[in-house]
Amino acid sequence: MDTKYLLEMKDICKSFPGVKALDHVHLKVRPGEVHALMGENGAGKSTLMKCLFGIYHKDAGEIILNGKEINFKSPYDALNHGVSMIHQELEQVQMRNVADNIWLGRYPTRFGQIDDPKMMRDTEALMKDFGIDVNPATKISDLSVSMRQMVEIVKAASWNSQIIVMDEPTSSLTEKETEKLFEIIARLKKNGCGIIFISHKIDEVLAISDCVTVMRDGQYVCTEAVESLDADKLVHYMVNRDLSDRFPKNDAKTGDVILKVENLTTYYEPKVLDVSFEVRAGEILGIGGLVGARRTELMEALFGLRRIDTGTITFKNEKFVPRNSVNAMKHGLALVSEERRATGIIPMLSVEDNANISSLNRCTNRFGFISPSRMRENAQWVIDSMAVKTPSPQTPISNLSGGNQQKVIIGRCLLTEPEILLMDEPTRGIDVGAKYEIYQLMIDIAKEGKAVIFISSEMPELLGVANRILVMSNGRVAGIEPASELDQEKIFKMSAKYL
Amino acid sequence: MNKEFNIRDIKQKLLNSTIYIVLLVLLLVIIAIEPKFLSIRNFTFILQQAAPRIVLALASASICIIGGRDMSTGRQIGLSAIICSVLLQASDYSIKLYPNIPCLPLILPLLLSMAFCAVCSMINSLLVSKLRMIPMIASLGMQMAIYGAMSVYYDRLTGGTPISGLDKSYTRFCQGEFYVVGIRVPYIVIYAVLAALLYWFIWNRTKLGRNMFACGGNPEAATVSGVSVVKTSLMVYLIAGCTYAFAGFLEAGRIASITNEMGNGYELDAIAGCVIGGVSLRGGIGTIRGVLVGVMLLQVINYGLVYLGVNIYYTNLARGLIMLFAVAIDIQKNIKKK
Repeated sequence: MDTKYLLEMKDICKSFPGVKALDHVHLKVRPGEVHALMGENGAGKSTLMKCLFGIYHKDAGEIILNGKEINFKSPYDALNHGVSMIHQELEQVQMRNVADNIWLGRYPTRFGQIDDPKMMRDTEALMKDFGIDVNPATKISDLSVSMRQMVEIVKAASWNSQIIVMDEPTSSLTEKETEKLFEIIARLKKNGCGIIFISHKIDEVLAISDCVTVMRDGQYVCTEAVESLDADKLVHYMVNRDLSDRFPKNDAKTGDVILKVENLTTYYEPKVLDVSFEVRAGEILGIGGLVGARRTELMEALFGLRRIDTGTITFKNEKFVPRNSVNAMKHGLALVSEERRATGIIPMLSVEDNANISSLNRCTNRFGFISPSRMRENAQWVIDSMAVKTPSPQTPISNLSGGNQQKVIIGRCLLTEPEILLMDEPTRGIDVGAKYEIYQLMIDIAKEGKAVIFISSEMPELLGVANRILVMSNGRVAGIEPASELDQEKIFKMSAKYL
Repeated sequence: MNKEFNIRDIKQKLLNSTIYIVLLVLLLVIIAIEPKFLSIRNFTFILQQAAPRIVLALASASICIIGGRDMSTGRQIGLSAIICSVLLQASDYSIKLYPNIPCLPLILPLLLSMAFCAVCSMINSLLVSKLRMIPMIASLGMQMAIYGAMSVYYDRLTGGTPISGLDKSYTRFCQGEFYVVGIRVPYIVIYAVLAALLYWFIWNRTKLGRNMFACGGNPEAATVSGVSVVKTSLMVYLIAGCTYAFAGFLEAGRIASITNEMGNGYELDAIAGCVIGGVSLRGGIGTIRGVLVGVMLLQVINYGLVYLGVNIYYTNLARGLIMLFAVAIDIQKNIKKK
């Protein structure tokens, strides 16, 4: 293990107005090594990588690549020097094909014209190298997320990259797709690439990486070989909290059935097929399954956002056909949607406006007009009871961290006093500390005699928080079991039942 | 360290108040060149000219905030102007177009034109929110359709002669004025102030207003939050349509000689005023104060340069440059610095 380092980042510092984002951070990567970079959200992982990649400019410290000090001025500069980055949100031109995307910015030309045949040939050769089966002429928007990611990796490889940074590459992949990704990582490793792997998923990090560097609050914590690490140790490094404390105790008492769904089938593709289940007051029902199991579609159907074909929903002993979201909310449902940025927050509006938008009916005076003082009270209630960290209720919500945005959105739902709270991946992209707080909130809601239905792709979360777990597979219910009788392996098997 | 932050803060404050500074500088320059400009009389004129544009800009701004764009503003003004003027010709006018129609109370033609414009605007809204058409294209189609329809009617009815001979009560309502401690106050300024107050109230104190900002800011989030985007959009467009009708009613009474070309291009002025005043064309952002200042800024350029005797074409040049400047600054404000 005494080979020379491929990349050394030493004492990197970077400040933004009012925050020291990086404080003397180190990162050293050997050739042919998968080096995981871990830490809670806000620990400074992305900032560090952006300093490497030339998106940010470091204030102090040095970056040495292949023994030479470098300081990239732009991502293009970085790419030319063999450093590439796969961003978490893939940055691709949706309406162009695979080959176009790979060669974008450096199209091969012939007599001054773009040489399309060569582009296609080269792309095909690259894909073959990596054992990826995709037609170079396919439009990017027609590919699955995992395939799009593969295309990005191939693109990185086509720049002859020595260092490839992957920012949470598995966050939207299924287990199977993740395996495929790992195969490709192994191949890159064999070619002597150094891979910096950013992930929140501890199991994956332990499985794939050789070495782990942990950061906390912009500071370097430690670098250790993976052999000497385990999940408890890693979590401890990251948050100073033990693994056994990852989930609060769910001690809510369950009551009568309040929602009963029978043989629900939706009208348009992708369809939810013949789904039946029931939920009791005070219960937390987890919905597990692979990405693409149509869990979100089920929630949309319950919330009136997706047309129902057949089947019945009985809500508090009455038949209920949710026509649209307004109608569903009137009946006492509320939804925390999956993509917080795309469908949750209204970025330009303040925390106060975001918190109140679902319950403006409760913010009016006796003439039916908005009462600013009521709005302020409600916003303050959300901030206090959800422990939202915000400078003021008037701060634009986009200035808050992901966890705090999510708390505002949960608060928004609670202000409508729902009987059932639907949550779609409520902790995605949120750091460990904030996750714990959100679990606690879910349990508190259940304790008040309300029901919580939540979708999660993280099995430990399902097992740790839910009373019962419904596993979906390809649009159908693969099984509903009490969480105490399930483990990760069983859930995994169930989710593959109808594939 | 602290000093640096102060500079940053000051920069941000300056950015946030750019248009006020531009307005102030502009006034100072005009006054420096021609000190006589500084008179109550001139400011009354500017306000009087700005008044109908303010009314329009308020409606346009609402539509921008909900994420729409209305290119049919001008033609709806024209439509309303024709309806109102045809119905409000003086009963003793020798070539009255509808001699059998008696002298109507002003409110009737106004309500009728409001109904017409509201329908046009609501169709715009449905094309956008239901059929998912791009707002600019939908309203461009509507613009041409309205122009075509009203031209056919206008041509058949008048044979191309402008409609005039309006009833005294009508022209007085639009052109009238009164004096407060010796200062002339045109009625039309009062109407604009009332419209601004009404719009302020709608934007800030009603559910519709709050929902409008949410729908413009992020329609998906609004839907998930139980806000009906279709209904909100319909209401916003409906109110805008009624506002256009009112503005057309005022314009007809002010100009008192109406053709089918009236109102042509008004939408661009209205949108320019909104944009200069910081209304985001992407939706979700805007204030009444901004709209007022934006429209006033354009009007000060118009009036001020004419007052200085500058060639009218320079006025357009100045307006164009100021608009580009304002938008550039506005975008800088919202871009995340790295």
